[in-house]
Amino acid sequence: MISAPERHARKPSRRYALDLKTLGPALALLLLCVIGFLLNPAFVSEGNLTNLLTRSAFIGIIAVGATFVITAGGIDLSVGSMAAAISGVMIIVMNNVVETIGTGVATVLLGCGLAIVLGIGAGWINGALTTKGKIEAFIVTLGTMGIYRSLVTYFADGGTLALNFDIRGTYRPVYYDSFLGLPFPVWVFIGVAICGWLLLSRTAFGRYCTAIGSNESVARYSAINVDAVKTLTYVIQGLCVSFATIIYVPRLGSASASTGVLWELEAIAAVIIGGTVLKGGYGRIGGTILGALILTTIGNILNFTDMISNYLNGTMQGLIIIVAVLLQRSDWRLGKSRKT
Amino acid sequence: MSAETSASAAIIEAVNISKSFGPVPVLFSVSMDVRPGEVHALIGENGAGKSTLMKILSGFHEPTSGQIRLDGEATDLPPNGAAEQYGVVLIHQELNLAEQMTVEENVFLGREVTARGFLDRASMRATVQGYLDEIGLDISPSDRISDLTIAQKQMVEIVKAVSRNARLLILDEPTAVLTEAETEVFFRQVEKLKANGVAIVFVSHKLAEVKAIADRVTILRDGQWIDTRPTEDLTPDTMAQMMVGRELSDLYPPLHEADVDAEPVLEVDNLYAPGVDNVSFLLRKGEILGFSGLIGSGRTAVFEAICGLAPIESGEIRLFGKRVGLMTVAEARDLGLAYLTKDRKEKGLLLDKQMRPNLTLFALPKFVRNFAIDRKAEERALERAVRRFDVRARDTAITVDKLSGGNQQKLLLAKIMECDPKIVVIDEPTRGIDVGTKQQIYHFIAALAAEGVSVVVISSEMPEIIGICHRVVVMREGHITGILSGDHINENEIMRYAAGLKREELH
Repeated sequence: MISAPERHARKPSRRYALDLKTLGPALALLLLCVIGFLLNPAFVSEGNLTNLLTRSAFIGIIAVGATFVITAGGIDLSVGSMAAAISGVMIIVMNNVVETIGTGVATVLLGCGLAIVLGIGAGWINGALTTKGKIEAFIVTLGTMGIYRSLVTYFADGGTLALNFDIRGTYRPVYYDSFLGLPFPVWVFIGVAICGWLLLSRTAFGRYCTAIGSNESVARYSAINVDAVKTLTYVIQGLCVSFATIIYVPRLGSASASTGVLWELEAIAAVIIGGTVLKGGYGRIGGTILGALILTTIGNILNFTDMISNYLNGTMQGLIIIVAVLLQRSDWRLGKSRKT
Repeated sequence: MSAETSASAAIIEAVNISKSFGPVPVLFSVSMDVRPGEVHALIGENGAGKSTLMKILSGFHEPTSGQIRLDGEATDLPPNGAAEQYGVVLIHQELNLAEQMTVEENVFLGREVTARGFLDRASMRATVQGYLDEIGLDISPSDRISDLTIAQKQMVEIVKAVSRNARLLILDEPTAVLTEAETEVFFRQVEKLKANGVAIVFVSHKLAEVKAIADRVTILRDGQWIDTRPTEDLTPDTMAQMMVGRELSDLYPPLHEADVDAEPVLEVDNLYAPGVDNVSFLLRKGEILGFSGLIGSGRTAVFEAICGLAPIESGEIRLFGKRVGLMTVAEARDLGLAYLTKDRKEKGLLLDKQMRPNLTLFALPKFVRNFAIDRKAEERALERAVRRFDVRARDTAITVDKLSGGNQQKLLLAKIMECDPKIVVIDEPTRGIDVGTKQQIYHFIAALAAEGVSVVVISSEMPEIIGICHRVVVMREGHITGILSGDHINENEIMRYAAGLKREELH
């Protein structure tokens, strides 16, 4: 009945473009590693690579959560402050139970459990305000960002909250010890990344996130509980912040107003560098992981060389973000048949 | 209308235009010309090449071979709307207006009048007011676009084009989203433009409108030029035949006699919801129930409330004899009730995604095995759907915004049917699609009913309501004014109930 063939489709170039888009972040990371090696061969030493992965873990884990939020069309600016607030509360509570529970594993487990509950709760608050309160995510999380940041300053009375010295001894291995040659934070990172990847690309929930980010009305008419799914993305984000905090606290054993500053921007940057679309509808966990590694690698390379001042770290990261997005867009143009 | 215009020279001539996208030819040596002050309709099925030809005439596409002559001179039209400088303007179906700005700001966008470096609002307003008066559009230059109706927005687009000295307006389905009353106003405005010597090319699937407004008609089929004729030589029927190349006597399938004793599957009593005012009706198994009425009469609102898309204020709903309260869309789906939206681009399909995720989105829980989506099962479902609904895409990997309207509609239908509903509500089943696809959809609806599925058809197209429904509910201003069956289902009766001239005492 309708015999004219569909027009416009140009599959080969599109496939090609898709591959470029997927491979781009990986190629960029590889290039950075080569540059790092050329500048200083010590860059590829086992010690440095382990250090690099460990450092990436915080931003990487948070960025996995951010991938869900952004894919579903939201944004969470509160993650850095949330991490600081959770660290603060964890430290206070652990210090206060020393007399009843002691300084052993139980105290640390209590602290970790508390961190998870707080993260989920904080994420739920962001989600509920966005969906039930019908406030834009940017505004909600800008608000909670300020609240959490000021809370940690208040708890620390403007100074630093230090973890009890003995608990620190018990807790220390979580950051500093290794398993099969890889530090624990890296294992947590790997675990979170795999779970995130499965969840986003293999489950109905992941499909729903993508659908909501792509077009919320279509999602609603397609029997998707939009509010619940969106709220859940913030809860996942909160949970990821909890994990990052749990491995972060033993590193310094303290929390202050400067804990986690600008993490939200680094996490969002990692997500965007990885190819996830900021306005939602398309997300890639694999890209996010690479994005987080790229950001940390830049800082690491600058540490290794005298050519560029370490103070220009932010400049380099900023440039990478802009270039990454520019590249992704030109790929997109190349792949798509010219649209009028 | 006037055949005398044929004497005047053409504004634009397309001579032996061919166009291929990559290896795929879509137009084969098509010629057409447009004369000043004429309304020239371009008709054909979806995929016949109408859009491509329009885009070539307005410079958005470059022809692969052939020539565009402007005022008799061979011209390469500049791309991306720059053909405006020659007075050739294409008005897209998706209007191109800044929603948050005023009419005046939109009309002068990009060429604001300034005096001493500041905007000269007074003079711009006066100019725009002049155009609005001339065309007979009852809005103010300071109205915000977002406050206008679609019909008014469309006219603002036209005013904008005219203010830029457009001589040739190319309109892509201008009446697809207009009510009948709005269409009439629109046609009066088109007549005024004509009188001023503006030529208009328009694409429409509504053949009765083509007959009413066009001076000449060009028919395309499968990328081939079929004929160009004065409208008075054609009837809507002959036009439809030329479009599809065969008799269309079987546009509507034979109607199976409805079983009046079949068990009721959906009973609604005294439903109140936003835009719905005390609505009661009953739907039987295997019945096709039409919902007619003017746009905004509450037909969609009734079913959005029943299907969990809008809140219910009060009333009782019984589904298969069981009382149900306020349901979520998912609960309604699981009970076998599905609603297919009339707005396939905004509410129906994810345009930037491929066919597979679109097809399975509504029934996704069915495709989950061990917490993961079974992609193989999805692929099989897509193959089945493509066969069952005859969705035509050269490649299943393309995103659905590249499908034609008819194929999008068939995909949307497939998406809703993927959950095997017992009751399916189809809102405007054939909006903006061609005759051939319409016929397929009507036959599909009839087949569903024959299988025992109950179908509600909400439609503003009277012939299709009359052609496929067993009974027809007519609504006006949120309430039901009449329920017609048998011989009472005719245009006259429906219109009288819809316009409020007649009202049945229900219960």
